[in-house]
Amino acid sequence: MAAHLSSGRVNLTALREAGRRELREFLDKCAGSKAIVWDEYLTGPFGLIAQYSLLKEHEVEKMFTLKPGRLPQADVKNIIFFVRPKLELMDIITDNVLREDRGRSPQRDFHILFVPRRSLLCEQWLKEQGVLGSFIHRDQYSLDLIPFDGDLLSMESESAFKECYLESDQTSLYHAAKGLMTLQALYGTIPQIFGKGECARHVANMMIRMKREFPGSQNSIFPVFDTLLLLDRNVDLLTPLATQLTYEGLIDEIYGIQNTYVKLPPEKFAPKKQGEGGKDLPTEPKKLQLNSAEELYAEIRDKNFNAVGSVLSKRAKIISAAFEERHHAKTVGEIKQFVSQLPHMQAARSSLANHTSIAELIKDITTSEDFFDNLTVEQEFMSGIDTDKVNNYIEDCIAQKHPLIKILRLVCLQSVCNSGLKQKVLDYYKREILQTYGYEHILTLNNLEKAGLLKPQTSSRNNYPTIRKTLRLWMDDVNEQNPNDISYVYSGYAPLSVRLAQLLARPGWRSIEEVLKMLPGPHFEERQQLPTGLQKKRQHGENRVTLVFFLGGVTYAEIAALRFLSQMEDGGTEYVIATTKLINGTSWIKSLMEKLEPAPF
Amino acid sequence: MSRARADEEEYWHSSKFRAFTFDDEDDELSQLKESKRAVNSLRDIVDDDDDDLERVSWSGEPVGSISWSIKETASSSSSSLESRDSSLQKGSSSYAAFPKQVSSYSLSSLFKGELCLSLSALSDTGAKNYAPELRRPKAEYKDYSSDWSPKDTVKRMQRGKVCSLERFRSLQDKLMLLDEAVAGHDGNVITAVILMCFTHLYLSLLPVEILFRELEVRQVALCHLIHFLKETGEQKLLLDLLRLCFFSLSLQLSQYREHLNIQDVEKRREFLKGCIGLPFSAEDTSHIQDHYTLLERQIIIEANDRHLEAAGQSEIFRKYPRKASILNMPLVTTLFYSCFYHYTEAEGTFSSPTNLKKTFKIPDKQYVLTALAARAKLRAWDDVDALFTTKNWLGYTKKKAPIGFHRVVEILQKNNAPVQVLQEYVRLVEDVETRLNLATKYKCHDVVIETYRDLKDRIQLTAYKCKVERGSAEEEKINSILSNMVRNTSS
Repeated sequence: MAAHLSSGRVNLTALREAGRRELREFLDKCAGSKAIVWDEYLTGPFGLIAQYSLLKEHEVEKMFTLKPGRLPQADVKNIIFFVRPKLELMDIITDNVLREDRGRSPQRDFHILFVPRRSLLCEQWLKEQGVLGSFIHRDQYSLDLIPFDGDLLSMESESAFKECYLESDQTSLYHAAKGLMTLQALYGTIPQIFGKGECARHVANMMIRMKREFPGSQNSIFPVFDTLLLLDRNVDLLTPLATQLTYEGLIDEIYGIQNTYVKLPPEKFAPKKQGEGGKDLPTEPKKLQLNSAEELYAEIRDKNFNAVGSVLSKRAKIISAAFEERHHAKTVGEIKQFVSQLPHMQAARSSLANHTSIAELIKDITTSEDFFDNLTVEQEFMSGIDTDKVNNYIEDCIAQKHPLIKILRLVCLQSVCNSGLKQKVLDYYKREILQTYGYEHILTLNNLEKAGLLKPQTSSRNNYPTIRKTLRLWMDDVNEQNPNDISYVYSGYAPLSVRLAQLLARPGWRSIEEVLKMLPGPHFEERQQLPTGLQKKRQHGENRVTLVFFLGGVTYAEIAALRFLSQMEDGGTEYVIATTKLINGTSWIKSLMEKLEPAPF
Repeated sequence: MSRARADEEEYWHSSKFRAFTFDDEDDELSQLKESKRAVNSLRDIVDDDDDDLERVSWSGEPVGSISWSIKETASSSSSSLESRDSSLQKGSSSYAAFPKQVSSYSLSSLFKGELCLSLSALSDTGAKNYAPELRRPKAEYKDYSSDWSPKDTVKRMQRGKVCSLERFRSLQDKLMLLDEAVAGHDGNVITAVILMCFTHLYLSLLPVEILFRELEVRQVALCHLIHFLKETGEQKLLLDLLRLCFFSLSLQLSQYREHLNIQDVEKRREFLKGCIGLPFSAEDTSHIQDHYTLLERQIIIEANDRHLEAAGQSEIFRKYPRKASILNMPLVTTLFYSCFYHYTEAEGTFSSPTNLKKTFKIPDKQYVLTALAARAKLRAWDDVDALFTTKNWLGYTKKKAPIGFHRVVEILQKNNAPVQVLQEYVRLVEDVETRLNLATKYKCHDVVIETYRDLKDRIQLTAYKCKVERGSAEEEKINSILSNMVRNTSS
């Protein structure tokens, strides 16, 4: 089930195993048959840790979604609530508990499991409602870093960026530090810590402090990671705003990947049998899991979309040839061998069918005029063309009332690429947006300003060109088919965050001191002492392992760029990626928008 | 044997041959097609119904995953999943309502001499609600110890353990605890501690200015409190706090935000009026002023139009009944509405488009676009014509479009304008290439023909002959131009 987690340089199955063990221990505390009531948001992340079968082995007989009203009549001894510590959820739980029929026999026991942390406020709230005493076990399940793939961990904390930059609430950083401590307990102390940005500094401080406070935590595990690189999202606000052009990035941009699953329009996935088709086309979206367990997906996910077609066609030939083999199978032995390969071939065929369909869906969009126009404007901004005046295309999009998020992405991109907009330009955009989409969006614009995504140019100097040139963020000769630089993931733009990681590995940050000073927040280096026995003697030619932690979110294109660096022959460094949340420009801007009441009609 | 051969034949034809024909289309697309065909052709020989490697339900959820199982196990019980969405909504709305019980004790009431009265009330609800374990008898806890240092206390709280905060009596103690909590970055603990300080200091009758001064230098803590009050809908308490702190960071916008919660339009208007006086930046003030003016207008227009529509005497409302009320719509939508229903009204009336344009200083471009879309929708081609006609001082008329005529054509085309109307504007597109493209795309034959004539492009003109109907006036026109061209060149 989780083979893909052990495929990378660091075996992340151990982390998943630790999570499962903790879950089993909690379940066993509540003896007897159980029903779990789920905070719906948690089912996705939990699904990456455990399947229903594990819960079933521990006598979980029923599962429900948390909602107000009377709990379903399940004949179980225990009812366990799996919830995030949110006050609104406490209200629903209270309602559930108060409506429980006290007369029923045998009575059901209540328990509550907070994910990822118990909350004093929540418990106090339950107490005020007079139900706290109804819970026999109140526990916490620290689901901080969830393994998504062999080289990818996420906290799936949706609002981390917003909390850190708009609300000065750094709880998510505290959880990040906790997660890193868990990781070190399993994979050894990470000897070197680098960081850039205010949040990075905080996390590093907390880690050092936690280590000091629990001297017993000094472990004797040989360190797997050589380096930890902590990066603030606000050091690189540009990258998530640009449209990702890798296969996986585009799937996420267009359909949105949630906990490794994507929901696709069903039309292209019509029933397989001819004759059956036509009548009952499925109306429910097709749901697919995307991870490196699927051989074909692992091969194409990080490619530029323009290079995907040729791989698919090559695959098609190989598979056809493999099936062709059966004509040459003459002897019983040969036939037997052919048959034994059939399941594998069939899986490959259905995988190919799925990705061909997805590629077709994406192709329809990437070949559209509007996608092209949008991309052209993005690329102009990123390469520094006409960033200082009102852009015609943006103006047209507003006039045609394109989705507001699309407009905001472009305007923010322009602002970031110009180190802030001229006051006149900014005022013009704001006025157009407010007049067309409604004045209440002044709140959202204010949030974007606070986050630094949209701002007036303060000094007369625009730093972006210097940053772009020094870090080589724009590459004119990009090779999409056989890339030689990370800029292929955005067909020209090399993500700033990944460039920082690349330059840290070679030749080191000292070479770019000047640029680092232009980017927000401090940059720093810390060392964690290892006992002499654990110090690593590197074998010749052995790669270093660096954990890059993106505080505030990371895009699939950035992940692709880091994977590209891992695979470079003379790269010398392999990367594992951790983040507070997997994001794209749309989901990111959405998280920063003011929640407006639905219109009254 | 022969049957096997037949099979083979069929396979040869159905799979290999068809799968790899290379058509000379753009190779990207053909590659996709190719792999799709290959996949399809393989279907016949593979029967993969039974032995899929992993069992997957149609929705793609592997059978046995958690979210699949919830549906599975829940559907066997009596609860119905259909009601889930609505009930969750209900849940969130009930959440919004919960803390109201506390909000009657506002800060300002505490300062206006009602202190003694509300003190007991506050200590009953406020303090107990949000400052955890504040007044529990010591005996309740086995692991209770009275001499936890601030640091230890915070650590215990972070681990979700019970602690008494009672021993932190003096302001100094409380602030130390607060600083410790802030250093720990755990928002949960910070909020708990600050709420304790917040409520407890009132009880000790300490001058509040001191507390607020201390909070002002502790921005992180203050932000947590503000966020908490925001979350729990404690608008009044929040605004009081912000005002007392002279903390302008988000005071005005916080107050402005509140209008979203007011459903009644009259009340909303009043509220917005109150917001205008707040010290926003100059730019923001003008937006908020506009917001207020717009809503004020909308209320007048709405009342008037509802009446007109109900009376049934106005033709436009009979012909095109309104789909929704205009209240709370954006400015541009309102302008569209007014161009649709009130186009000919004199500038003096509130609902006339020109009045809106003046009042809100709507740029020409925006105005023309909106008016064009509205009039085109009504197929009022004369109005469209008038929109682009300007007279100079000699009385000559000239056509001008601030948005460019190619955009005019697009909008007209979207509204199904007849070819005669369309081609009039296609003709006005200045750039020859764009004009030809548009004319060809929308079959404005005359424009195409005339353009080629002006370009003296015989080849294209001859080629275009096959695009027009045989024996039509257009064909004749082409023929006559062609023969004219010959004559001209030969002479």
